[in-house]
Amino acid sequence: MRPLQILVGGMLLLTCAATAQQAAAPAGSNDVSALEQKIRDLEDRLVMLEGQVRQLKAQGPQPPLQNATAPSAAPVTQAQVPTSQEAVLSTPSAADNVRLGGAGGAAAKALNPDISVIGDFIAGAGHNPLNPTPSFQMHESEVGLQAIIDPYARADFFISFGENGVNLEEGYITFTALPAGFVAKAGKMRAAFGKVNTLHNHVLPWVDRPLVSKNLVGGEDGIDDAGASFEHILPAPGKWFLDFTGQVFRGDSADIYTSSNKNDVSVVGHLRGYRDLTDNSNLDLGVSYSRGHNLFGTDFTTNLYGIDATYHWKPLRRSIYKSFIGRSEFIWRQQNQPSLLACQIISCPLNTAAGFQRAFGFYASGDFQFARRWFLGARVDRSDRAFDSHINDKGGSLVLTYWPSEFAQIRGQYRFTRYADKFDANEAFIQLQFALGAHGAHPF
Amino acid sequence: MRLPLRYFAFALAACLCFALVTPPTAAAKNLKVVTTLTDLASLTQEVGGDKVDVEALAKGYQDPHFVDPKPSFLLKLRHADLLILVGLDLEIGWLPPLITQSGNGNVQPSAPGYLDASQFAEILEIPQGAVTRAEGDVHPLGNPHYWLDPDNGRRIAKGIASKLIEMDPTDRAYFQQREQDFEKRLAEADKKWQAQMGPYRGRKIVTYHRSWPNFAKHFGLDVIGYIEPRPGIPPTPSHTIELVNLMKRENVKIELIEPYFDVKTPESIARMTGGKVVVMMPSVGGKPEITDYFKLFDYDIAILTQAFQQTQ
Repeated sequence: MRPLQILVGGMLLLTCAATAQQAAAPAGSNDVSALEQKIRDLEDRLVMLEGQVRQLKAQGPQPPLQNATAPSAAPVTQAQVPTSQEAVLSTPSAADNVRLGGAGGAAAKALNPDISVIGDFIAGAGHNPLNPTPSFQMHESEVGLQAIIDPYARADFFISFGENGVNLEEGYITFTALPAGFVAKAGKMRAAFGKVNTLHNHVLPWVDRPLVSKNLVGGEDGIDDAGASFEHILPAPGKWFLDFTGQVFRGDSADIYTSSNKNDVSVVGHLRGYRDLTDNSNLDLGVSYSRGHNLFGTDFTTNLYGIDATYHWKPLRRSIYKSFIGRSEFIWRQQNQPSLLACQIISCPLNTAAGFQRAFGFYASGDFQFARRWFLGARVDRSDRAFDSHINDKGGSLVLTYWPSEFAQIRGQYRFTRYADKFDANEAFIQLQFALGAHGAHPF
Repeated sequence: MRLPLRYFAFALAACLCFALVTPPTAAAKNLKVVTTLTDLASLTQEVGGDKVDVEALAKGYQDPHFVDPKPSFLLKLRHADLLILVGLDLEIGWLPPLITQSGNGNVQPSAPGYLDASQFAEILEIPQGAVTRAEGDVHPLGNPHYWLDPDNGRRIAKGIASKLIEMDPTDRAYFQQREQDFEKRLAEADKKWQAQMGPYRGRKIVTYHRSWPNFAKHFGLDVIGYIEPRPGIPPTPSHTIELVNLMKRENVKIELIEPYFDVKTPESIARMTGGKVVVMMPSVGGKPEITDYFKLFDYDIAILTQAFQQTQ
């Protein structure tokens, strides 16, 4: 109620002052100007008070002021008269004991995180002899919970509800106020390997992920693991932006990495170079490396190398109507596997070729926005198999996307895939995506 | 891989190396200010003079709702002492990830270098009751295009001056003097603008987006309809027909649109109603000659009064 008292007080002050001034104002033009100025000042003060009320309402009740130099656990007694500022910031319900989770009651409501849900419904038709998809599926419902924790950190949680289970897609804390410009994260997160691996399903420009992601980088889940991440902007020549991300994970990610013991961590490094070519276009280049232990045991490792390039064209004056994004990723996977002899002793997956495997894959795609809510795209895919690199899959897709609004999307995709140079799949998909609530913007 | 401690030590050493190779922030005298829009940059420059280095992120001819959070913006934000934003969720789609990635504790929300200019301005069209997306891309905290009112320009400049004084108390007198000087020049300019717009007070107009309520209020214009059926939703045929009928009924001849919207529908409406499409600049830098906050109103009022004269 305190903000309202300030507002009412301000209004009374304004009314009284204006009335008094009007009564006393002589007819001289200088005095009229002075009076106008006075009224303007009072109006400004009122508008400022309204702004403060808005901000206080948005923030909700504040916790009591803490004296950092001389903390006191003693409760406030009636004899202690708070200052006006303290009175504004204090809430009768706020407990003196600091506890994890912060305030309760009304404050808890005001301080709730931004909550969002993104639905992803896919209907499929056609024939795929190797990887058939259901005719209809509620592929994913991603719940996002995002908030600033304190002046030094924020937290983001993305929980993915499928038809058959729940998965913590990401859940991490980001330390935003570290010295020397570092940004650190800890928790479970998508690794900064290339581009597609970092993207949630709902921001992909396709219904599916490219073959190279499926065959070599763990498919839909990708490298998504618990660990820590450090990011730092590096000095760069000219107008280049250079950024390095180093990450250490537990070492469990889809079929890429398996941690047999605590020491089997995996690491990811990503160097990003970015440059604005013009106001309307830019180039984004990346080099990635990742290493970890694979499912054959602690003595066997997998190395991933990647390069990615993205070109954006978006004329700023017409940016809501026209744009183009061309992107490509090249990925190499080197995997140590048991020899044929070893496979007679330990159990190896079916069709696993023995020995050292070097697999390669890439995709290239272009997406052109030709109207305010329409996008047309195409993608070319090729990838070796991770466990038997002599076998490779190829494919291509055509994609048409329509946005009824900023919060819903309808996408059609035709996909042709030739598996192992033998099996052809022709499929068509319709995808509906829809967003509820406040879903935080994603990095560029 | 067998000794994670080695890797942690390596990571720590790498971090230290990066910190060392990164040139330390020069002990510059000037405050480094980054604003989201050019209008806030212009107001900051008016108040800060040569004691501040100001840069804006978005261009003046760009739709401020849809700005790509480009990494090159991080280079600007990284060493900023002060970030000034419009607020009211105008930049919600692009600013938060930039702030998070900047690695700059000064400009994080609630830090001393984070200034939401909306707290100083008169905000219109604050929704009452429940807000849903059925109303389009509505701003739940009120209309964020508030800088298009010279009174709000004055209030924002005052607020920025207070913040600059707080951050650089030694230059208090300088900032105060510049703010008072700006206020005086703005009052004189506003008298001129009011005189130019005087004959057209009470005129009815339509606008493409809800970008002009503060401008309309200040200069006494009556906005009776919008080309968008709802905020952020492109024009539909049925809504366009309704709008044409409304404009004919009310004898409305002027359509205000921003430079980043498609003129196709507004021009077809103008043909049907005998009206005129006026492309107004919502921000400083929208045209090369609009170099500051004063020239923004000079430009907009000149083309608007000309359009009124032509459609009389």
